[in-house]
Amino acid sequence: MYFQSLNELLHMDGHGAFVWTAYIITIAVIAVILVAPLRRQRGFLRQLAGELRRQQGDASSPGDN
Amino acid sequence: MSAPSTTRFCARLVRRQLVLAVRRPIEIGNPLLFFAMVVALFPLGLGPAPGQLATFAPGILWIIALLSNLLTSDGVFRSDFDDGSLEQLLLSPQPLYLSVLAYIAAHWLITGLLLALVSPLFALMLNLPGAAIGSLVASLLLGTAVLSLLGGIGAALTVGLKRGGMLISLLILPLYMPVLIFGSAAVKAAVTGAPVGPYLALLGAMLSLAIALAPMAIAAGLRISIDA
Amino acid sequence: MWSFFHKLGSPPWLYGISGSILRWLLPLTLLALVAGMVWGLLFTAPDFRQGNSYRIIYIHVPAAVVALAGYYVMALAGAVNLIWKMKMADVAMKAAAPIGAALTFIALLTGAIWGKPTWGTWWVWDARITSMLILLFLYLGVVALYEAFDNKEAAGKACAVLSLVGMVNIPIIYKSVDWWYSLHQPASIKFTGESTIDPSMLYPLLLMITAFYALFTCCLLMNMRAELLRRESRTNWVRKLAQGAGRG
Repeated sequence: MYFQSLNELLHMDGHGAFVWTAYIITIAVIAVILVAPLRRQRGFLRQLAGELRRQQGDASSPGDN
Repeated sequence: MSAPSTTRFCARLVRRQLVLAVRRPIEIGNPLLFFAMVVALFPLGLGPAPGQLATFAPGILWIIALLSNLLTSDGVFRSDFDDGSLEQLLLSPQPLYLSVLAYIAAHWLITGLLLALVSPLFALMLNLPGAAIGSLVASLLLGTAVLSLLGGIGAALTVGLKRGGMLISLLILPLYMPVLIFGSAAVKAAVTGAPVGPYLALLGAMLSLAIALAPMAIAAGLRISIDA
Repeated sequence: MWSFFHKLGSPPWLYGISGSILRWLLPLTLLALVAGMVWGLLFTAPDFRQGNSYRIIYIHVPAAVVALAGYYVMALAGAVNLIWKMKMADVAMKAAAPIGAALTFIALLTGAIWGKPTWGTWWVWDARITSMLILLFLYLGVVALYEAFDNKEAAGKACAVLSLVGMVNIPIIYKSVDWWYSLHQPASIKFTGESTIDPSMLYPLLLMITAFYALFTCCLLMNMRAELLRRESRTNWVRKLAQGAGRG
């Protein structure tokens, strides 16, 4: 470990603000590009499942409505 | 009626585009007018000091030429797409590569060539030294031809879209950058008395490459747009 | 050999195999990213010239490298779609564009943040930075063109043509911007030059580059899976999947 204390790690001889901003933004962007397709996929499957259920409901009990 | 030879077919295409343009002089006048007006904007924005204007003149003139080319590119295939004659062209037995080149040549004749010919006037308004005017015209002649070819790619890809106007600039402007760099560098070199030949040679090389490759991309783009 | 290509064209097979690849590649990627970041942030000595700000290199360089490589992946996928009319190549091309744009954005942003303490300015019209900016425009152009078409098959082909045109242009743009910059280079900014990098700094950098390549692959596969489901929504296998997901 290069840094002696947490404070030193956060400060990084005055460069801490830059380094940490860069890393935080990068992690945020990575999180977005990883989560976005998963959300899209899950949302799509849920929507399709709902549609299928409605269709089945219509087919099995047409007299309900 | 027998089919005309390819050369005659292309010559007729060019002639047809030119006749269409001459019948609507405002279409020819618009880019030139745009050029003149934007030239008038720069002294208002940058201040009228002649020395300062002269330093920026090569870049200013080239950027305006690029923008007016971009604005006219959108319309190269538009009217022919709307009235269906583009579809006929795609069905004709003539090689699409050459007929597309004819379209681009016509576009260059009514925008790039005219722009290059009137540019000395605007160059003098921006205090560009007289020694650089020859190379300005030469670089514009070569450069606008490349711009027309690249603009044709964007036009072919967006011709079927309703709102292609803004999109085409996003697609095509990154491709324009090398031409802008070497075009304005040629004029700057002439201002400082450095040899202009290498820059013009590079522009010529870009033109050769663009003539070889761009019509293929344009042809592919037109096929896609017609199919859509 | 040929059966492999036939399988590659089959959406359910691709969906299944990409799922089983992701099951181990995704955790491995996240592990490598975290390990590389911790290594770079905590366990390396600061650069003797730039101090601690150089630690940004561990995200800046990998993002830039993979952003550029991603463009070639996108353009080649587009070419495969145009030549062999492979639908899966179209899916891959569409999936690659937003990831590439995001990575280019990371590279530009971290570069700007790195530039402030190192050169004293957020932005320099340096050859590499300018080329990366143009790369971002090229990516965004592909995304915008795809969205503009209603007919998605035509959209894929149009984007393929555009990305191939871009691929021919990238070296020309890079060379001309490089040349333009060397002509105008202001004397106030000194670049560190191609000094040999110390192994203690090189190993975490290599790890991060590998991790970013893996990240690109993961995101590509995940985007492709989402797109596959959307395109195949009328087929039986997707319906079965949806029913399973609906119950679960």
